[in-house]
Amino acid sequence: MSAATAATAGKAARPRRAIDIAERYGLIAALTALVVVFGALEPTTFLTWANLSSTLGSQAVLVVVTLGLIIPLTANDFDVSIAYVLTLSSMLIAVLNVDLGVPMPLAILAAMAMGWGVGMINGWLITGMRIHSLIVTLGIGTFLHGLTLWISGSMTISGLDPVLIDYVIVRRLFGIPLEFYYAIALCIGLWYVFEHTAMGRRVLFVGRGREVARLSGIDTDRIRRRALLASSLMGAFGGVLYAGTQGAADPSSGAANLLPAFAAAFLGSTSIVPGRFNPFGALIAVYFLVTGITGLVFLGVSSFVQDMFYGGALILAVSLSQLVRGREEQQL
Amino acid sequence: MAAEALAFRNLSKSFGGQRALDGVDFHLWRGEVHGLLGQNGSGKSTLIKVLAGYHAPDPGSALSVRGESVPLPLPPGRFRALGISFVHQHLALTPTLSVVENLLVGRLAASHALALSWSAEAARARAVFARYGLDLDPLAPVAKLGAVERALLAIVRAVEEMRAAAPEGGGVLVLDEPTPFLPRRDVERLFALIRSVVAEGASVVFVSHDVDEVLEITDRATVLRDGRVAGSIETRGASKADLVRLIIGRDLEPLTHGPPIHGALAAAGAIRAEAVSGDFIDGLSLEIGRGEVVGITGLLGSGYERVPYLLYGGQPARRGRLVIGTDALDLATLTPARAIRAGIVLIPGDRATAAAIGTLPITDNVTMPVLDTVFRAWALSRGGMARLAGELGRRFEVVPNRPALPLSALSGGNAQKVVLAKWLQTRPRLILLDEPTQGVDVGARQNVFGAIRAAAADGAGVLCASSDYEQLAMLCDRVLILSRGRVAAELAGGTLSKERIAQACYHASDANTEIAA
Repeated sequence: MSAATAATAGKAARPRRAIDIAERYGLIAALTALVVVFGALEPTTFLTWANLSSTLGSQAVLVVVTLGLIIPLTANDFDVSIAYVLTLSSMLIAVLNVDLGVPMPLAILAAMAMGWGVGMINGWLITGMRIHSLIVTLGIGTFLHGLTLWISGSMTISGLDPVLIDYVIVRRLFGIPLEFYYAIALCIGLWYVFEHTAMGRRVLFVGRGREVARLSGIDTDRIRRRALLASSLMGAFGGVLYAGTQGAADPSSGAANLLPAFAAAFLGSTSIVPGRFNPFGALIAVYFLVTGITGLVFLGVSSFVQDMFYGGALILAVSLSQLVRGREEQQL
Repeated sequence: MAAEALAFRNLSKSFGGQRALDGVDFHLWRGEVHGLLGQNGSGKSTLIKVLAGYHAPDPGSALSVRGESVPLPLPPGRFRALGISFVHQHLALTPTLSVVENLLVGRLAASHALALSWSAEAARARAVFARYGLDLDPLAPVAKLGAVERALLAIVRAVEEMRAAAPEGGGVLVLDEPTPFLPRRDVERLFALIRSVVAEGASVVFVSHDVDEVLEITDRATVLRDGRVAGSIETRGASKADLVRLIIGRDLEPLTHGPPIHGALAAAGAIRAEAVSGDFIDGLSLEIGRGEVVGITGLLGSGYERVPYLLYGGQPARRGRLVIGTDALDLATLTPARAIRAGIVLIPGDRATAAAIGTLPITDNVTMPVLDTVFRAWALSRGGMARLAGELGRRFEVVPNRPALPLSALSGGNAQKVVLAKWLQTRPRLILLDEPTQGVDVGARQNVFGAIRAAAADGAGVLCASSDYEQLAMLCDRVLILSRGRVAAELAGGTLSKERIAQACYHASDANTEIAA
């Protein structure tokens, strides 16, 4: 019987490997195709170094939010508040730095401390009170949004200390703004934690089989709390980058990042390591979605296409990831 | 003789090559309470499931209801129109809804009424309860009811549905293990309800493990053994020994309830659980010697299956202590992590949701408990993990031994070998098992037994909870029989056989009744 199994496995191995490779790198191929198509259609505007480098730089904020999101998603928790942490973080920096004259490093520290606090509260409500993460983070996120409007008087605040702008977007390495490298560093760091540390494995165990993890001696509540703390801190850091990118804080900016981040997280889970939320998949997914939208806008399509594109992409990505997961359970 | 309410003739059902039911004749008269008894695997639940339309019986089987032949197989749910109602052990009540909502759930599922009057429905419910002498508040949430009130509500609901379909009387109520979690005095209330249901002309099939209860409430009883009718007797004049003999299939001399066989075990290194209490467990104490495999079993409701989880911190214990080597663990505060540090491992029975993660590779499943000890927690070697998984796969004879496969790609037996490898590689001092060969094929069973025996020979103590008496007889040095949360009997050495364990289980509830009285 084992010989028969081995024989069928051998026969199936080649096409399966091809499918496997197509699945892993399909999104990279799609991204390349998108660049080629838009490049051919709009060679003078789309396919320019200025457009490319500014896209890579300015979307670093979305990359950070998406990376933050996949940490609790791996533990099977949602963090909808992350985008509102981002807005509050950037607004806190603006209010402290511009209105109250607090030095930039201290303002950043205050924003990160706020992220830490929100993460702790989320974790406590979800694991301590046993409330579903979606409900908790939706409530907390909306609360934070109100707080942001309050401290800003619903106004955009500009005039931030240029030192932040300098270190985020003005300074460049190989022609690309520094913030891109911050996002890449976080991506590599997160990949290492997920793939090569016991802690990262535990997050995955908690997400995939909470009862198995519990009976294997893993403190599932602590893992979930830490994952939610990490996502809030990433949200706050995203706020720092946002303030640096715009040189200002805008009270309604966060919501615009939420859906794209979810879309990218799920789309990313269909590639590189199909069936799992993974940092490099998320990174590629962000740039795939952004390229699609930028290209369409360059072609003259109105900007309302953005919502349709992201909304559609989220649904498509979730359906795809469901297919990948469903199949993985049966074979691979 | 009274009129027939329901009859199976020549009922057979095969699963693959296995005959779960083999030419069974079962007659239920109108107005009688009929006990249905048999060990696990005797065919009891298969018979019930044929009636519920869940299984299609083999050709040649025949069913008649109130004298009229009914074509088989029954479509699922058809039993309702025939005036047959079921109450299963889990009652199928929704705790957050009110008594009256639960009572009406069957009717609402089929009705298109647009103007429900809850006050009128509540008044109707009160009238129904009054007819059976029950005092239930129709508007109270079911969660607020006690265990017996819930059972009574579920039965009343079933009776009402049965009467609606068979208004001229002659309905059939099937009670499938309704009592195992009820205290003695509450069982009396349940019996009173059964008697008033029968007085209205209905018939009751009473499925139970509890021989005493069957003797008390039933008029007749049919005993199944290995898929055949072992006997159908009048219970009025029968004794407990008569029924147990039919259930087990042979005559064994009566058991003497001697003191537990300790003594030799008090030797150094023995593991002791002292005064453990938790859900369904009440002041349980036991000892396991080094290198000893101890079985723990009992009938449904005895609580035996909880013991491994309580000793591991997997389910909260109210109190109790576990002494293992120089450690004394307080079970009320024990967590799985602390248990593991003390050298205790648990292999849960529910593989899919408690023991292993099907969507993750074998490598990740098997290395789960040793990520910090065998590997460097901050620099895991993926290659090293795969190598260890391959090595364990070879040692535990996992087929196919390909660590990158998701666990769900393996057969039940091979998945269980992975779960054993996961825990036994840590060389534990105490191994707690819950149904270790559930869903495991016969070949892999031997591997599982071999692995457990080898771990015991290596000095571990083993506690194995199972309802498979044959497995316990093969695997264990000693078997504890629980009844109502305590050790009621103990079997060891030469007295260990499938039949002996079964006999002890059926008699244990008896011993306990005496203690309670």
